[in-house]
Amino acid sequence: MAERKVRVVVAKPGLDGHDRGAKIVARALRDAGFEVIYTGLHQTPEQVVATAVQEDVDAIGLSVLSGAHNYLFKRVLELLKEKGAEDIVVFGGGIIPPEDIAALKAMGVKELFTPGTSTQEIVRFVREHIRATV
Amino acid sequence: MDERERIERAKKRWEAETYQPFVKDSPERPVPYETLSGMPVKPLYTPADLKGFDYETKLGFPGEYPFTRGVYPTMYRGRPWTMRMFAGFGRPEDTNARFKYLLEQGQTGLSTAFDMPALMGYDADHPRARGEVGREGVSISTLADMERLFDGIPLGDVTTSMTINCTASIALAMYLAVADKQGVSRDRVGGTIQNDLLKEFIAQKEWICPPEPAVRIVVDMIEFTSKHVPKFNPVSISGYHIREAGSTAVQELAFTLADGIGYVQAAVNRGLGVDAFAPRLSFFFDIHNDFFEEIAKLRAARRIWASVMRERFGAKRPESLRLRTHTQTAGVSATAQQPLNNIARVALQALAAVLGGAQSLHTNSYDETWALPTEEAVTVALRTQQIIAEETGVPLTIDPLGGSFYLEALTDQMEEAAWAYIRKIDELGGIIRAIDLGYPQREIADAAYRYQLMEDRGDKTVVGVNKYVMANEKPIAHLRIDEALELEQIEKVKRLKVSRDPSKVDRRLRQLAEACRDGQNIMPVLIDAVKDYVSLGEISDVYRQVFGLYREPIIF
Repeated sequence: MAERKVRVVVAKPGLDGHDRGAKIVARALRDAGFEVIYTGLHQTPEQVVATAVQEDVDAIGLSVLSGAHNYLFKRVLELLKEKGAEDIVVFGGGIIPPEDIAALKAMGVKELFTPGTSTQEIVRFVREHIRATV
Repeated sequence: MDERERIERAKKRWEAETYQPFVKDSPERPVPYETLSGMPVKPLYTPADLKGFDYETKLGFPGEYPFTRGVYPTMYRGRPWTMRMFAGFGRPEDTNARFKYLLEQGQTGLSTAFDMPALMGYDADHPRARGEVGREGVSISTLADMERLFDGIPLGDVTTSMTINCTASIALAMYLAVADKQGVSRDRVGGTIQNDLLKEFIAQKEWICPPEPAVRIVVDMIEFTSKHVPKFNPVSISGYHIREAGSTAVQELAFTLADGIGYVQAAVNRGLGVDAFAPRLSFFFDIHNDFFEEIAKLRAARRIWASVMRERFGAKRPESLRLRTHTQTAGVSATAQQPLNNIARVALQALAAVLGGAQSLHTNSYDETWALPTEEAVTVALRTQQIIAEETGVPLTIDPLGGSFYLEALTDQMEEAAWAYIRKIDELGGIIRAIDLGYPQREIADAAYRYQLMEDRGDKTVVGVNKYVMANEKPIAHLRIDEALELEQIEKVKRLKVSRDPSKVDRRLRQLAEACRDGQNIMPVLIDAVKDYVSLGEISDVYRQVFGLYREPIIF
């Protein structure tokens, strides 16, 4: 059986409307051959996790530029655990200071990308770290 | 043979005899010769490039149609641009302290950043506000917060800009309520509220209800301020967010002016006389890295707007024809890598804003790719403006680059390209229809993606990011917002809400719903409501119930 494509949901949690980065990442991942679901804006962590579970994705990419990353990433991780979906890899990006990056990674976020990251870098990350689970 | 033909012939001779043979031996550098927006740039500009250029019709004189050289007769000789640093974080008290600091440092106007819950119509105590209270701006739920924000700041003496959109009507009502309480008469209250909902659907994406009712509220505010708060700019038609979302300079110019046309049309449809409100419309443009393109953009914007107002809307007063604009250096051009380089970028962008004839300017701080700016970083950004104003000599004469062959050619090119977009939007049936079709959204998403790929390939140099990269950079100090303040704000709002008379609150909300439904101007009802401490979230709930929620088309 042919290997299933890696499925990623790109999400904008919280109230922040800055979607330039999320859309570019969604498009770059799609162009690189991944299956991408973009949630659109203003999603609650509950909505993001529900979409991820429903769409049976392998990873969630969260984009937060409003400074609310500590709360929102943590909440998504908690909800995944509650749903028994911790195998879904969580990564993300935004305006996130270094000490928060360290704390979020310790909490279980796989990778965080800050401004200046190229799309190739993100594609490479997904290719190397995310596997399609059956 | 006229002079232009003579020069054209001489230029051809130069190309054949001097330029081409030289290039054959030592070729030009293999970099793209185009502006940041992809406009081709020639090696040399001469009068021959200005076909059909007539000084009086294209440029004219400052303070006169078509305002290319500036909207005021004396420009910065009369008064420098307003130095207006955008600030807001944490509790109202925190931002109040930053405001007072900036005024002490010589800033000449206030500019308020609200947090995401306030911008989206949620009180601090709403579950959707969790994690966002006071983080990207100041937390405001009720008039009590607004009173603390402007405590000790006389609203008759400063002008305040408020960057807020789908809840702008509520912020304006609160601001006027504070002025009333300070005893400042409404004809003395000056400032600007962003209140540009059309660009929200196109770019910034903060909304409650769909475009039609959103624009109706904007027109209520235009009508109300034109009658009662004559020194207040009720809408700041903004290209900034369009550009930051990834548009080109031309798209920014075109979509912003198309939005402006949308508001004027809506107000005229309401029956307002164009000359009664048009003088208080103001604009807001982004100033990006491409120095000449940005200057050309502001000059072209003034020329197009003057023509639109006179020819399309039949405006008569000169004040109705002039495009006054705030500007801000491009946040998106700042890099997280080698952040001190941002100081240089901001200085050059600020210089372009001044050479472009801006009325006010916000200079970004070098640390904003990491967090909200520290006081130190904000001070450097403000000093950058003061250096341009008081050390460089640039403001001594009006439009000092006017007449530059390159700049005039570029101004013409941008004007032409923007008109093509404006005509396209007219053909689609106007800007609201274009937004429904996702037209500007798609144009911007495509441009943003193209730009990113150019950056990734290194076709566009970003110093410190894809060239001159340094390993092991030291992290910079940055502002931290105390996460405990969220709980404090939530408590405060809850306490205030239970202290009110619920029947009074209900009555105010019912009055508002009625005004929303039957089409009367909502501003007087809103002002009464906020004075009874009806909250921003409660009022937004009325908007949600009466007008419904906007759902975006998913485009990426």
